[in-house]
Amino acid sequence: MRHILSILVENEAGALSRVAGLFSARGYNIESLTVAPTEDATMSRMTIVTTGSDEIVEQITKQLNKLVDVVKVVDLSEGRHIERELMLVKVRAAGKDREEMKRTADIFRGRIIDVTDKSYTIELTGTTDKLDAFLEALDKGAILETVRTGVSGIGRGEWVLKA
Amino acid sequence: MELKLPPLAETGETLTGAEIAIRCLQEEGVEFVFGYPGGAVLFIYDALFKQKKVKHILVRHEQGALHAADGYARATGRCGVALVTSGPGVTNAVTGIATAYMDSIPMVVITGQVPTRAIGEDAFQECDTVGITRPCVKHNFLVKDVNELAITIKKAFHIASTGRPGPVLVDIPKDVSQQSAKFHYPEKIHLRSYSPVVKGHSGQIKKAVHLLQDAKRPMIYVGGGAILGEASQEVTELVRLLDFPCTSTLMGLGAFPASDKRFVGMLGMHGTVEANMAMQNCDVLLAVGARFDDRVIGNPAHFAAGNAGRKIVHIDVDPSSISKRVRVDVPIVGHVKDVLGELLGLLKASREKPDSAALAAWWAQIAGWRAKDCLKYDRQSKIIKPQFVIEKLWEVTKGDAYVTSDVGQHQMWAAQFYKFEKPRRWINSGGLGTMGVGLPYAMGVKLAFPKADVACVTGEASVQMCIQELSTCKQYHLPVKLVNLNNRYMGMVRQWQEFFHGNRYAESYMDALPDFVKLAEAYGHVGLRVEKPGDVEGALREAFALKDRLVFLDIITDQTENVFPMVPGGKGMSEMILAEDL
Ligand SMILES: Cc1ncc(C[n+]2csc(CCOP(=O)(O)OP(=O)(O)O)c2C)c(N)n1
Ligand SMILES: [Mg+2]
Repeated sequence: MRHILSILVENEAGALSRVAGLFSARGYNIESLTVAPTEDATMSRMTIVTTGSDEIVEQITKQLNKLVDVVKVVDLSEGRHIERELMLVKVRAAGKDREEMKRTADIFRGRIIDVTDKSYTIELTGTTDKLDAFLEALDKGAILETVRTGVSGIGRGEWVLKA
Repeated sequence: MELKLPPLAETGETLTGAEIAIRCLQEEGVEFVFGYPGGAVLFIYDALFKQKKVKHILVRHEQGALHAADGYARATGRCGVALVTSGPGVTNAVTGIATAYMDSIPMVVITGQVPTRAIGEDAFQECDTVGITRPCVKHNFLVKDVNELAITIKKAFHIASTGRPGPVLVDIPKDVSQQSAKFHYPEKIHLRSYSPVVKGHSGQIKKAVHLLQDAKRPMIYVGGGAILGEASQEVTELVRLLDFPCTSTLMGLGAFPASDKRFVGMLGMHGTVEANMAMQNCDVLLAVGARFDDRVIGNPAHFAAGNAGRKIVHIDVDPSSISKRVRVDVPIVGHVKDVLGELLGLLKASREKPDSAALAAWWAQIAGWRAKDCLKYDRQSKIIKPQFVIEKLWEVTKGDAYVTSDVGQHQMWAAQFYKFEKPRRWINSGGLGTMGVGLPYAMGVKLAFPKADVACVTGEASVQMCIQELSTCKQYHLPVKLVNLNNRYMGMVRQWQEFFHGNRYAESYMDALPDFVKLAEAYGHVGLRVEKPGDVEGALREAFALKDRLVFLDIITDQTENVFPMVPGGKGMSEMILAEDL
């Protein structure tokens, strides 16, 4: 099962390696990991997408909580939540394909943010699924480069993740 | 980490980083620092030199420093402290840090680092200490600002000694130890990201009480956590109150007195038949500060499938130890001492009593397993049997010595045959299984308890891994007794090769052994060789009578002896090989 873990960590040098090291040392999967500072400058927020049985994810959560730099861990996928990922794709867009490429981007609410006469760079946000679907909709040969941020997630409603 | 600091004393003295480090140790009441100097820690050594409160023990290899500090911590329950230089000092210390980490031993390790401006430049004796040690410490710090040093050391002691204990490392660059700051040592600190649970959930504790009272075939399984958590008294009271059988892991020996008839011996890979069979067949299992590891329950699938109805209550300070390898029914996170105290209170207040008829039947079944006498060995042997040596050691020391050990067959025999009555008397590396710990452990213990008998049960292979510490023992007058069960083999390796690799003894024969008697003498100690069973007791008595000398007893034992029972790796705990099966 896929889980989205939201983690508040102290903004200390090494906090990221402690978390990443834990996953590699114990053989847990990381599908994606994002991290950036929060409104409180002393803390960063990480979102980790991982897969594993309930037992494994329970262990991951416990092990994360044990790290001294970790302030809080929540499994977002246990409740209602919103997840988003940002993707930048550079695609071949020349001649007759150019119009078609723009149309596909529009369907997925992608924005063209850079152009040359042979290429477009498209910005797209959404769930991992949507981003995957967009890539599938493109002709494989047209994709020149893809960059994805990995998932960021937040709980729905008034609930907030606080230290 | 956010800290709630008490107001800073305006009058704080200005000290150098090095002086601050030593003052912090003084404030913590540290008696001994085990260490080895080098460029990056010279200012710290200078500060050590200028004071008398903290005594430095100069080892002969950094690994020895870490193990000695670890041994001190295991015997006393206090934080062990080690001090090493950057680069090779640190890498030599890693084995000791990892050993302490695996057994949850509280330690503070201070390491020198190259000056902050040189970090990352591949400077002389630079290594990424924080990176190298990260996976084997509870936490570590690199201190880049001398103003943060005191508070960081405070955090280190706090983190190392609370919750599930463990080693914490503080890396101090040379320039930080040289710069000055106002010294202020906070009394208390609060870390928002670190607050281990103490009190157990009372609803869960009530559930545990009901399960224990309804048990027909109960079992109490005690691990090293009961010793680390100082819960030996509560464990003993509980077992006796309920009249339940009690077993212990290698790390838990001494938490419950071995002489009590309710003790069914150690469990696990080399556990007794009665302990392993009772674990496998019980209907209610109370696990106290234990972690169901592979050397204890063997294959978890076999353990679970063999007895699906078994209900498990697990008390541990570390939630991640619970339901890690074995699903438990009643998890209780908290300090084992507190939780057991509450449990005892409820049991005593309750009018319900365990089903005595069922319990009697269960004890009868256990008596049947006991009758197998699984630890029996040939007492008539003309060659010295290692088990016999341990029995004699127990007799000669009246069961009251601190016994350290290395890793191998000798360790298992010491665990099986020395009947530990008290906690913190049995000092060995369970989790990492580090050969070489025995002698430095004995040093740490002897420094903590100079009047006590301290024996190191070792093997001719293990003892050579930290043999240089014989020199440290000479310098600091540490009259420990080494009991070298010399079978001329890496016996435990040989045993596995005999059982599982068709008797092909690849590289396990210990060729070119030194003359240990002469070796001991060369270091300024007493060496005795013992070759006949009839001489064992006399030699032991002589060794312990030499109160102020280190004695190295080189005891020539049976090369072919194996440790029984044995649960082969990956097997279930009831699938033991017994001596009589072969
Ligand atoms: C540092 C280290 N290296 C290797 C091992 C693997 N090992 C476990 S027991 C053992 C043999 C120990 O021999 P000895 O000290 O003579 O003890 P014996 O088993 O003969 O009693 C070895 C090599 C280990 N535990 N630790
Ligand atoms: Mg040997």
